[in-house]
Order: sequence, then structure tokens, then C-alpha cells
Amino acid sequence: MPNDRFTLTRRATLAGLGAAIAPLAAPAIRPAFAQGAPIKVGVLHSLSGTMAISETALRDTVLMMVEWINGKGGLLGRKVEAVVVDPASNWPLFAEKARELLQVHKVDATFGCWTSVSRKSVLPVFEELNGMLFYPVQYEGEEESKNIFYTGAAPNQQAIPAVEYLMSADGGDAKRIALLGTDYVYPRTTNRILRGFLNSKGIGDADIMEEYTPFGHSDWQGIVARVKRFAGEGKKTAIVSTINGDANVPFYRELGNQGIKAEDIPCVAFSVGEEELAGIDTKPLVGHLAAWNYFMSIKGTPNEEFLKLWRAYIKNPKRVTNDPMEATYTGFRMWTQAVEKAKTTKVDEVRAAMIGQKLMAPCGYEEEMLPNHHLSKPVFIGEVQADGQFNIVWKTPSVVKAENWSPFIPENANRKK
Amino acid sequence: MTSFILRMAFLLLLALPARAQEDYAATLPGLAGGFGEIAGAVERLGALGDPRALPVLQALQDGRLLKTADGHVLLPQGAGFVDAATGQPAEAAGAEAVRLNNRVRQALRGALGRLQLVSPDAAQRGAAAEAIFRSRSAEDVPPLQAAIAREQDAGVRAKLELALAAAQLVAADPAAKRDAIARLGAAGTVEARALLIEARAGNPGEAGAIEAAIARIDQSLAIRRAAETLFQGLSLGSVLLLAALGLAVTFGVMGVINMAHGEFVMLGAYATFAVQELCRGIPWLAPWSLPLSVPAAFLVTAACGALLERGLIRHLYGRPLETLLMTFGVGMIIQQAVRLAFGAQNREVISPAWMQGTITLPGGVAVTQNRLWIIVFGLLVLALVFAAIRLTRFGLEMRAVVQNRRIAATMGIRTGRVDAMTFAFGSGLAGMAGVALSQIDNVSPNLGTGYIIDSFMVVVFGGVGSLAGTLVGALTLGVVNKMLEPYAGAVLAKVFVLVAIMLFIQRRPKGLFALKGRAAES
Repeated sequence: MPNDRFTLTRRATLAGLGAAIAPLAAPAIRPAFAQGAPIKVGVLHSLSGTMAISETALRDTVLMMVEWINGKGGLLGRKVEAVVVDPASNWPLFAEKARELLQVHKVDATFGCWTSVSRKSVLPVFEELNGMLFYPVQYEGEEESKNIFYTGAAPNQQAIPAVEYLMSADGGDAKRIALLGTDYVYPRTTNRILRGFLNSKGIGDADIMEEYTPFGHSDWQGIVARVKRFAGEGKKTAIVSTINGDANVPFYRELGNQGIKAEDIPCVAFSVGEEELAGIDTKPLVGHLAAWNYFMSIKGTPNEEFLKLWRAYIKNPKRVTNDPMEATYTGFRMWTQAVEKAKTTKVDEVRAAMIGQKLMAPCGYEEEMLPNHHLSKPVFIGEVQADGQFNIVWKTPSVVKAENWSPFIPENANRKK
Repeated sequence: MTSFILRMAFLLLLALPARAQEDYAATLPGLAGGFGEIAGAVERLGALGDPRALPVLQALQDGRLLKTADGHVLLPQGAGFVDAATGQPAEAAGAEAVRLNNRVRQALRGALGRLQLVSPDAAQRGAAAEAIFRSRSAEDVPPLQAAIAREQDAGVRAKLELALAAAQLVAADPAAKRDAIARLGAAGTVEARALLIEARAGNPGEAGAIEAAIARIDQSLAIRRAAETLFQGLSLGSVLLLAALGLAVTFGVMGVINMAHGEFVMLGAYATFAVQELCRGIPWLAPWSLPLSVPAAFLVTAACGALLERGLIRHLYGRPLETLLMTFGVGMIIQQAVRLAFGAQNREVISPAWMQGTITLPGGVAVTQNRLWIIVFGLLVLALVFAAIRLTRFGLEMRAVVQNRRIAATMGIRTGRVDAMTFAFGSGLAGMAGVALSQIDNVSPNLGTGYIIDSFMVVVFGGVGSLAGTLVGALTLGVVNKMLEPYAGAVLAKVFVLVAIMLFIQRRPKGLFALKGRAAES
């Protein structure tokens, strides 16, 4: 869910408190059993400001993984140490903090960023100083850097399968699509790709509606009424939502108030997960959909292990897991595997060892790091349930390889594969 | 000959239930299959007319129907379960709930609709008619005609007739079809229009009649749409009005630039949340938590306002720049304090039932209830402010102090106390706005930041110091914004409105309703 001004919801951790504790916690980890200098891992997530609510969970996930690897005796026999910095939801500050991590702390790898704009801000720093960043959030694609590993979904691993599902018999045979989004780079790029895809499937521009709203938009009455009208043209209609942040709450409330039911106009969201639903009354939303590469409700040993680890670390039964947390976990495990394989933490050698790394991820499938620095991932469509969890109604038969350069953007036609 | 036909008909009638019984048992295992099979089985169960299907489908809808690994379907009965096919008690261990998706829900709605058409409950029959309207098929025509013939309730009958028209549209009878087209055209709803457009492709013979009916619907829809846009605009305007009324007092009357105004609105929303949590433990009080929040929010924010005025602002009168900076800082402190006290996550304020859903006004204009109540609330608060300023002694003293502080003081008015009370009153109004906003926006620590600019905009546009200006300004901005939105989109509409206000302020720096006279000059 890359976004800019994120005011999302229920995170039990207080942002300010987290910011105060985190720097204290980092030096407290002393290499009690280390042979040689500790391996340093940078954590570049906002712990204050508007993004804190979402990114704090990812900071917690990295710290959990550091504890996990040290519990197993460290990496290459050395202790792993987390260096936590707070870029405070401030995009230029992300670049400064990235520089600090690489030059002052000399970290071996960094886990960080949530919004696309923060990633774009640190990218030149990582390229200039030859660092290694793991980016754990689904995004719009159209990017590839040798210094970044993208462990979230590319558009063909989330957006396109979701729309294909809506157009299938099980998804309701949608013939008209309303693309609703928040006004910034991620929704606009995603919707551009989706429009190209829909056109290629014979859905013309007359059957596509596209609307953008500012962050934190609360007055949805006009837009929902227009969607209703758009649906009144005698063809089955569905909503594809790239609405980000807490604007989703009044949006779903308006859907409920205007009597739009999931069986009439289903709405599939790309940025609404367990975290987002944890504080909303989900009863009116039952039947609406979300597309992700992981759901907390997935069954199987890998996810049970992940959940066990998380519960033991966070000690709060109410805290849920979500897709970007799973991507952080997967990225961290793959990085440790690559370091073991390369027998060093030098960026160039670990990078070479990263390609082809495989892991049985919590989503229940074996994911592989591809040469384009993206993962192969399965895609799930989940239906919102009354308890705020997702019931998986569709999944890809196997993993899907990431296409970060979408074939549905005309400029990419000349790009060599 | 006649007797032979009669006998045959009688035999058929006897045979039908037996076949239906077999079909019922044969269809059930489909419910244990994939989504496609479940949907098919649901449709068949709905068409069979077997009374045993109703509890099965209802259990399926509520998620209480279980399936076993070997394809049996279990129905909850009392404390245990019975096999839906045989009615014998069954062991539920190892069985899991039959899951739904939207396709199954759609099929379920149609099937339940068909079975509930004979329900003794009028609301259920109405729902059944609506369900058939959506999932119509030619087979629905005879049962609908029978249902219309025995229906007593006029409202349900109208729904049934509409469902009949929808079913006749897909049936073979051309005369009935033409009649159905006319009736759908007269219904004038978006849903009827969708049906007609769908039917247009398959009925080239009726194209003319269908086009005419669609044109007729479009005409009535256009009027309704205009009314709905107006309502949406008034609703946005009333939200702006509520947010700006407090500012109209503190900024408009007193001239204090209070950047913490948005935070007072936010405090009001949190007060609503706190009252809701307090009432939660007392069942008879719980439905009244929202009305109770109004005075509570007023008192909390008024107290904060009085504290702010006495503690800080009064030392900075006549120094607008310092006031602006100081209140900006206070706003940030309040935000962070709330974040520490309540957490950074959003809080959920539950809407009472009377604020949920849509009501349809005469003429078919659908308005959402929460918005309607907020318009009413906004006007009530405006009346309250007007009364307080014009009709009470406090209002008189307030106006006297604003007009000439020293003369007012010589008349025995304690100007310091009046200042504090005026500021507290304005802050309390912001708190009341917070109660309303908790119903439509997210209750989060940064709730207020989204409204502070809009509030200042309304007050300046309407004319500083003029209540009528605030009202007209808020409603104008709301309606203009909503009228532009369909053409320009939500983002651009806001940009256009801002540019228009800038140009307007260039031409008329004092806003819509400029104050005249000596007080305005100083």
C-alpha cells in the first residue's frame, strides 16, 4: 500500500512511544556471543508522523526476525544487530536517513519504506553508495534497481488477477469497471495498467469509470451515487479500489448507506488488509473483496510458524499479521540464506547469491527471487468476513512470476526482457 | 374425453411432489461442492418449491449449514444437527460450514425470494419481490400473478407488480412484454432502466417502445439527479457550516486567529467517543449516547477554550501573528496529547440505527439519513448561535465589548470575563461540530487538520463577523463543489473552488456580507 499521507488506523503501538524506545533498544542489543563484529541491519520505517501507524508493524517484524536469527546462533557465527532510524514520514528525510545508515552505521542490508514516494527518494542513495534495500510493499511496478529487492507484489501479481477474477463467472462476470483511487502515483499507474488490460479484454473506455480523490477524503456521497448510476447501464459492474488509508472507512460506510451490496456491485480493494479492517464494523462489508499475496487466515505449517513467532514476539493477541509483514519476513529469511551461501555480507556477493533463493513462505507456496529482483508469488482473492478476517474464494494454481514492467503500458513495448 | 384430461391432470399433480422430493434429495449434495455447483443447487432448490428447501437455504445464508467430507449436508436443529436429506440426527464432528461467494449469494437471494413469496410477513414478501426483480426469469410470472391477486398490502403489491413486469420482460408473451416495458418506464428507477437496456438487444421488435420508456426514465432521473446533487451540496455545506460556526464567533466576532480550532473539533469527536464508551455499560442509556454527546462535547471543548483564552490568548490580543503561531503550537500539543491518551489509531463511533441507510423522499429522491440529520443539526446550531448573540444578555455584552471595549467597561461589563466566555462559546461550538463529524469522518487525532482551512475559507468568503455570511458562504461552497464534482472530479473541483474564492476575495476583500459602519472600519 504505497501512499503519501497515510492516516490509517488501529495500531496499538503508540508512534511517539515507539520512536522514543526504538533508538534505546537498538544499542541495548550487545553481541554477547559474537565472534567478530556484529552484522548490522538497517530499519528504515517511519515511527512518527502519518505513516507510523502502518510502518511500525514492519519495524516490529524486522526486530522480531533479528531476535529470531540471534536465537539460532546468529549469522555466519556473528550476532545480528538492528539499527533503527526514524524518517518520520518525511520523504527527503528518508534519503538522509538512508545515507546515515549506509555511511555512518555501515549497515549490511536495510529493510524499509512503505510509500512509493519514499522508495523513489532513497533509490539514488542506495545506488550511489551501493547499499541493499528490501522493499516489502505491493507497488505499481515500472522500476528495477540492482540495489533494491522488491518482496511485495508487482501489478501482475495483484491488480490484474483481481480484475480477471471479477470478469470470471465466479467473480460475477463484470462487464463494467469503476476504478476508484486516491490521487497519487500508485493508484494512477495501477489504473493505467488496468485500463490497458481491460481494453485488451474487449472492455472499452465507455465501460470504464475512473475517479480520484484526495488523501483522507470523507465525502463519498457523490462518487458512490455516480457509481450506482454507472452500474445502471444494464451490464454487471464492479468496483476496483486503490483507495488508500482511512478514506476507506467513510467510503465503505457510504456504500452501506446507499445500499450497495457485494452481490450487486462487488468492490475489490488492493490496499485494505487485516490491519485496516481491525477497527471497522465489517458486517456491512461481507462479500466485498481484497486481493493480496498473503492472508492471515491462510492454513498450513509455514503460516502457523510465522504466527507463532509473531505472537511470541509481540505478546498482544489482538495484533494481526498482514501482507507487507509477510513480505518483510520472506525478504529477511532470503537475505540470511543468501548471506550463508555467499559466506560474506558484502553487497555485490550477497546480491549475486540472492537471485534464485527459495523459501517456503507463510503464504504456503515456495517463493523464488527472480533475476529482476522481484519474487514469484501466489495471488489470493479474499472475501471480507464478519470477524474482520478474509475467506479465500480464489487463488492462482501456482506462483506467478513478477512482471515489474507491465506489458499494458505502451512505452514498455520496446523494453528488452 | 374431458374426464380423461382431468384425470391426467390429477395424476400429474400427484406425481409432481414425488418427483420434487427425489429432486430435493438429489440436489442437496451439490451444496457440498464448489461455488459453481452450490449456486446451481441453490437455484434448483428455489425452483422445486419443496418446503424443506427454505430452512436449508436460510441456514446457508446465515452460514450455519454444514457439509461433511462425504458430501452430506447438515442442518442445525435445536442444539444438534440433522441430515438435510433424511431429517435424521447426524454427527457434526468433522463437518465444516458451507462457504458463500457473491455468485452463491446472488443465487440465494433469488431462490429465497421465490420461496418467501408466500410468507405471512409483509416485509419478507416485499424483500422477495425485490429479490425476484433482480433475478427475474420467465417462470416467475405465474407465482407472481398469484401473489399479486392475494396481496393486501399496497406497498408490497407495488413491488410485486414491478417484479412481474421484470419477469414479463424476459418471458415470451409479446403483449405482456409491451405492457411490462410501459410499466418499467413509469417506475422511473435506475434499476428499471438497467433492465430495459439489457432487454433492448434481445428484442429488436420492441426497440421503439423500449427507447421511449428509457427516455421517459431518463427525464425523471435527470430531475431527481439535480435534486440529489443539491442535497449532497447542502450536506457538504452543512458540514462546512458546523465546522465554521465556532470560528465565526472566535475569529469573526473576536478577531482571534485560532489555528487550534480544528483540534477543538477533534476533541468534540473524541468526547463523543468517550460518552459512547461510558454509555456502553448502561444498556438503557446506550441508544442515547449520541444526543448526550452534544452537551458533553460542548462543555469539554468550552472548558478547553476558556483555559486557552485565560492562560495564553489574552496576553496576545492585538498581536495576530503571535496568536497564530501560538495557537498553531497549542493545536499540535492537543493532537499529540490525544494521540498519547487514545492511541494513534482511529476510534470507531457507532452510528445509531436512525442514522443509517437511505430514505426515499416523495418523488423518488434518495437521501442518506446521516447526512439529513447533519443538515438539521447544522441549522439548529446556527439558530442557537443566533439566539445566543441576539437574544441573551451574554450576547449583548459580547457585542458591546467587540464594538468598544473601554466604553463597555465603563458600563460595568467585566470585559475579561466576556472575552473568556465568548472564546469558550466559540470553542464549544467547534466541539458540537465534532459530534456531527464523528458520524461521517474518521475519529483520529488529525481529524481537525482537514477542516481548519475550509472553516477559515467559509468565514472569510461569507464576510468576517457576519453569521448570515457564514451560512450563505458554507452552503454556496458546498453546492458549487458538488455541482463541479461530476465534471472535474473531487480533486479538481476543490481546486476550482479555491481559485474562485481567491478571485472573489480580490474583488470583494470583505466577503459576501461585509459589515458596514464604524466597527467595520477599525
